[in-house]
Amino acid sequence: MKSKVLLYTRFERFWHWFQAFLIIFLLATGFEIHGTFHMLGYGAACYWHNLAGMTLLILTAFAIFWHLTTGQWRHYQPCSENLKKIAGYYCVGIMRGEPHPFRKSPERKLNPLQALSYFFLKVFLLPLQLLSGLIYYFYNDWLNWGFALRLDSVAIVHTALAFVLLIFLIVHIYLTTTGGTLISYTMAMITGWEEIDEEICG
Amino acid sequence: MDVKGLNYACTTCHVTKAHKISGRYYSRPAPGRHQLALPADDGERLACESCHSRSPHKKSAILNHHTDKVACQSCHIPRYARGGVYTKMWWDWSSAGKFTKDGKAIVKKDKNGKLAYHSKKGDMRWDANVVPEYFWYNGSMSYLHEGDRIPPHEGPLQLNSLQGNYNDPGARVFPFKVMRGKQPYDPVERMLVVPYLFGKKGTGAYWADYDWKKAAAVGMREAGLPFSGKVSFVETEMFWPITHMVAPKEDSLGCAECHRRNNGRLEHLTGFYLPGRDRWQLLDTLGWVLSGLTVLIILLHAGMRLVSSARRKDADTQGEVDHEK
Ligand code: HEC
Ligand code: HEC
Ligand code: HEC
Ligand code: HEC
Ligand code: HEM
Repeated sequence: MKSKVLLYTRFERFWHWFQAFLIIFLLATGFEIHGTFHMLGYGAACYWHNLAGMTLLILTAFAIFWHLTTGQWRHYQPCSENLKKIAGYYCVGIMRGEPHPFRKSPERKLNPLQALSYFFLKVFLLPLQLLSGLIYYFYNDWLNWGFALRLDSVAIVHTALAFVLLIFLIVHIYLTTTGGTLISYTMAMITGWEEIDEEICG
Repeated sequence: MDVKGLNYACTTCHVTKAHKISGRYYSRPAPGRHQLALPADDGERLACESCHSRSPHKKSAILNHHTDKVACQSCHIPRYARGGVYTKMWWDWSSAGKFTKDGKAIVKKDKNGKLAYHSKKGDMRWDANVVPEYFWYNGSMSYLHEGDRIPPHEGPLQLNSLQGNYNDPGARVFPFKVMRGKQPYDPVERMLVVPYLFGKKGTGAYWADYDWKKAAAVGMREAGLPFSGKVSFVETEMFWPITHMVAPKEDSLGCAECHRRNNGRLEHLTGFYLPGRDRWQLLDTLGWVLSGLTVLIILLHAGMRLVSSARRKDADTQGEVDHEK
């Protein structure tokens, strides 16, 4: 028996897609500023990058508030339980057509591997990137505030983290194709509803 | 100066008080970290900031962020000698003194009608609509004076040298015309010579007798400086800060003139991080290689998923056939 459950609330879906858009946009404009390619033009790239950066900061502030007030932060609590089993599933089981060893439920939306990687994304990667971006933005004020920070040290952190985010994004998008059908996970994030196997749920 | 525009006279900017004309003051460096360059802070030193302040841009915070490190002139005078007026870029005195076989002065013009060679002056080059050269400059220069010994130097001898660098809070990127050429000097005394130019034949005047040694001997004697009797030529350069001919704001320098990987206007200014121009090659290589590897692994994984699911389907239909039997 399959049954549909509401996995992602309206705010969560809005937040997810807005954040996805912003991060992809920040990557594109960021690498244009970096000099990798030319698209919008340098001035426009800087302008939109800064605007998107500030928007992401505000969105993140809302998201943190939402996670804390709804208790949803618990989903990201990493636990080592079953990690090997799930890693094994993605390497071998998925080829054999075995069912996913983890059962999704509104109480536990993320499998341990997801929880671990999203924890890493949300607790280290994004905050550090937001912080280094903010420091980059206020570069001209450091001296007045009494910091003798060099621009190149900020830029190297900001660029390195951008690469990590890019790789994260690539893997993330690929893993969305590993559901029941190629787009079932994506559809779940759009509609909020996901079909969950009740038999295995037991 | 633009009659159709503000129509400023020289003295609108160069205001005069008790015969002190405000302008470039050799003894006073450019405005430091002040917001406005007011007489109380900077004496009679004139600056764009005297009228405009340090943050004149209303629409763009990024532009105002630049004014601590990039002088207004760098962005607002995208080219000098505009409007079809040529400016001399090169003057080689060493080739002066050549004549036609019948002893007549040689005068050559270039394709724009500007003097390219004259027996009295040597070779010259002219240019119009020139892209300035940019250097860090804190408003002070040191000069090679008459009678100074030529310091050891690599490349051309600098007649004036600019002070300031990236780490100097008073220094900014400033545009210059660099006047280059070759000038006579005394290789033994290591001194630029003061030649005697105008005069009657027989007085040693260069433009009458065309003999550098005689012209130098007379000139140096008049100047009260030693002269060994030898004359050579040294390549020289002189830096002229550019401040006039501010272009309409639409013609201000675009970001990518400086922020670009190659051939940017600030290509030769190093020792600081310029976004878009600078990067760590290692980080970039590592980043792109790892991203590429990730994509590769994903493609492999996806391929294996495809093959194994096709096999499974095959096996399933096989199974159904068996069942029917
Ligand atoms: C928009 C204002 C403005 C106008 C108009 C203006 N100047 Fe200037 N001028 C400046 C500034 C600013 C400087 C640079 C001061 C410095 O370098 O510290 C300067 C510098 C100079 C210098 C010194 C150049 C050097 O390399 O040392 C001379 C000479 C000069 N101006 C002459 C003139 C003459 C002649 C006119 C009229 C044809 C004129 N200026 C009109 C603003 C102006
Ligand atoms: C004597 C005061 C004065 C000085 C000195 C001065 N400016 Fe101006 N400038 C003005 C005024 C007034 C305007 C007109 C402002 C307006 O139209 O809003 C102006 C306009 C401009 C504009 C806009 C032109 C346009 O197309 O609309 C630019 C760019 C500019 N100045 C740059 C400079 C630079 C660079 C310097 C230094 C070399 C300088 N100014 C020195 C008074 C000055
Ligand atoms: C990094 C390059 C850069 C520097 C440095 C810079 N400007 Fe500008 N400035 C520009 C550009 C580009 C514009 C045109 C903006 C626009 O299109 O609105 C501009 C516009 C202006 C205007 C027109 C008013 C406006 O907001 O459109 C004035 C006046 C001006 N600049 C004065 C200055 C003065 C004075 C300084 C030095 C304190 C300076 N600028 C330094 C690039 C620069
Ligand atoms: C005349 C050359 C020049 C032009 C034109 C120029 N810049 Fe810059 N820019 C610089 C220099 C030099 C620095 C380094 C300043 C420093 O290290 O303090 C810099 C630094 C920066 C930075 C990093 C520091 C910060 O404030 O965040 C950004 C971003 C930037 N520029 C964006 C722009 C944009 C956008 C434009 C066009 C509107 C532009 N630049 C036009 C020379 C230029
Ligand atoms: C997903 C997040 C982000 C990514 C992937 C990203 C990526 C990049 C990259 C690659 C660069 C070029 C660095 C260089 O070559 O020196 C850059 C520049 C910059 N970033 Fe980000 N960035 C992100 C978020 C932010 C945020 C949140 C801010 C804060 C406002 C910010 C502010 C800046 C600033 C100020 C610059 C310098 C150019 C400019 O003024 O726009 N970034 N970014």
